[in-house]
Amino acid sequence: MRNVAAHLAVATPATLKLERTGRSARLVLAGDWLVGEAARMDETLRALNTTGVNDLLIDAGKIGHLDSAGAWLILRTRHLLEASNIRVTHVELPEYGRPLYQRLESGSLGPAAEFHRRQTFGDFLERIGRGTMHVLHQTYDLVGFLGRVTVETWEAILSPNHELPWPAFIQQIEETGLTALPIVGMLAFLLGIVLAYQGADQLKRFNAEIYTIDFLGVGFLRELGGLVTAIIVAGRSGSAFTAHIGTMRVNEETDAMQTIGLNIAEILVLPRVLALIVSLFFLTFYADVVGIVGGMVMTYFDLGITFPAFMRELEGAISLRTLLVGLIKAPVFAFVIALVGCFEGLRVERNAGSVGRLTTRSVVESIFLIIALDAAFSVLFSVLGV
Amino acid sequence: MSGLTPGDKEAVIQIRQLVNAFGDSVIHDHLDLDVYRGEVLGVVGGSGAGKSVLLRSIVGLNRPLAGSIKVFGQETAQEDGEDLRGLQLRWGVLFQEGALFSSQTVAQNIQVPMRRWTPMSEDLMDQLAAMKLALVGLAADAGAKFPSEISGGMKKRAGLARALALDPELLFLDEPTSGLDPISAAQFDDLVRNLQRSLGLTVFLVTHDLDTLRATCDRIAVLVNRKVKLGTIESLSRDPDPWIHEYFCGPRGRAALEHA
Repeated sequence: MRNVAAHLAVATPATLKLERTGRSARLVLAGDWLVGEAARMDETLRALNTTGVNDLLIDAGKIGHLDSAGAWLILRTRHLLEASNIRVTHVELPEYGRPLYQRLESGSLGPAAEFHRRQTFGDFLERIGRGTMHVLHQTYDLVGFLGRVTVETWEAILSPNHELPWPAFIQQIEETGLTALPIVGMLAFLLGIVLAYQGADQLKRFNAEIYTIDFLGVGFLRELGGLVTAIIVAGRSGSAFTAHIGTMRVNEETDAMQTIGLNIAEILVLPRVLALIVSLFFLTFYADVVGIVGGMVMTYFDLGITFPAFMRELEGAISLRTLLVGLIKAPVFAFVIALVGCFEGLRVERNAGSVGRLTTRSVVESIFLIIALDAAFSVLFSVLGV
Repeated sequence: MSGLTPGDKEAVIQIRQLVNAFGDSVIHDHLDLDVYRGEVLGVVGGSGAGKSVLLRSIVGLNRPLAGSIKVFGQETAQEDGEDLRGLQLRWGVLFQEGALFSSQTVAQNIQVPMRRWTPMSEDLMDQLAAMKLALVGLAADAGAKFPSEISGGMKKRAGLARALALDPELLFLDEPTSGLDPISAAQFDDLVRNLQRSLGLTVFLVTHDLDTLRATCDRIAVLVNRKVKLGTIESLSRDPDPWIHEYFCGPRGRAALEHA
């Protein structure tokens, strides 16, 4: 058993004594009846042997201090004694303790309610069922949201007197694109180094080091550049979308928008979706370039290939099509990240825990969807023979 | 550690020469204040006058620029949280929105301090939680609910129950009646007064509500011009300061006082 915190220790420990005179008895309490003593006195009181007692007087007149835990223990003792057919003739309390005792006595002190929700096998099955239905509902809602955003986007673009939220769009481009440049560049550069090093290491065995450049060019432009950038942006901007919109939900800002008659999809979702599509496209291109530069630096130091030689080899290895195959995926990834980020943000409930939970979910979902879509693209391109 | 003892006029909180400032704006300028054992001190002031900052400074959540704050003779203004441990058991704080832990039920919320500081059995803690719920006027079934499932007024009562979990001597209430309907607010005033009497509490009550001041407070501290002015409603309503005059003698102030 843990010990009572030192500061809750009392000056004079609580005591109790049962004095029997024939069939009647006196329960004499002394010391400080405070919350720090409650655990000990709870056990002592439960162990009290009152067999053969007909009527009893609780004498707490000499106790030192009393708080609500102590007063409640005395009251509970009285109720328990009465329940076992012992007449409690009187409860003697010090002057200052009476108001507290009377207050507890007058309050409705029924049996302690069941506060713990116990888990049964039925609950377990119920959770599985709930989880399944939740995933299905989620998918259904996400598709619905996709439809809504698509319609609103078209309306916003097509209708001539419909003002696009330009300032928000520019601000989002800055937040999702410009400020992501250092991290995306850094990671792409390092990834270029890693790829070049690993490629060179393997290809050396066949005396085919020069193909490191082909491997690097095709691998980075077609797949890795776009994938890595999308994953970084999902973690960076997708989470920011959810957290920002979610906090607005908690503050009832979105409700306020609705009552004013503002269109949430147009104000919150549209600028983010459009801005991220633009940002991610350019970020992917930037990552491609920086990644190739990283590989170029590594091949120079590892294989001694000079920059002009590298460029000549690269020119032979890749074409514009290689670059475009990678870049065409970026807007799709961006659309998914922004859509999921906003969607989860709008599902936040009015409590603080909800924001964190849905932010995590938004990032996990968008990364999952990015990789799944990338696989789908690979299949599609191979079928099309691109 | 004492629950109820015959009252003696002892300063439970002693604030001397307190200075608080954020950037260039000075909130408290060499402020002095005493809170005596067993009294209910109401703290009022305009928005931004530093009521909440004062409360946060006393309980050690905000480190002031200068000055000393002693609670039960122990310095809180310049200490770290660890060193306040002795005090954390002796005071309870009710935050404005209740600040209940949203991942736990109301009963578990009330048991958090008990679990942290005492070796009580689960049974006993359940019984005590039920007792605290009854004490603050909540039905026993509220204990099994999560904070997101109960109303604002119930949250405040539940927050009060948690603040009272270890039977503190000193209770801090930050705008306990804000956001409540007048009937609930009046009930809460009664509750505070009642608990203060039966548990022998010292209460530091930050409020905007004139009815609360009238119904519960023994003394009133007005934060005005970065200092504090002490008095009762009667004495303060004769104060020459324009803000205090407007506060107590404006239309709302008069209406509240006429019922007195």
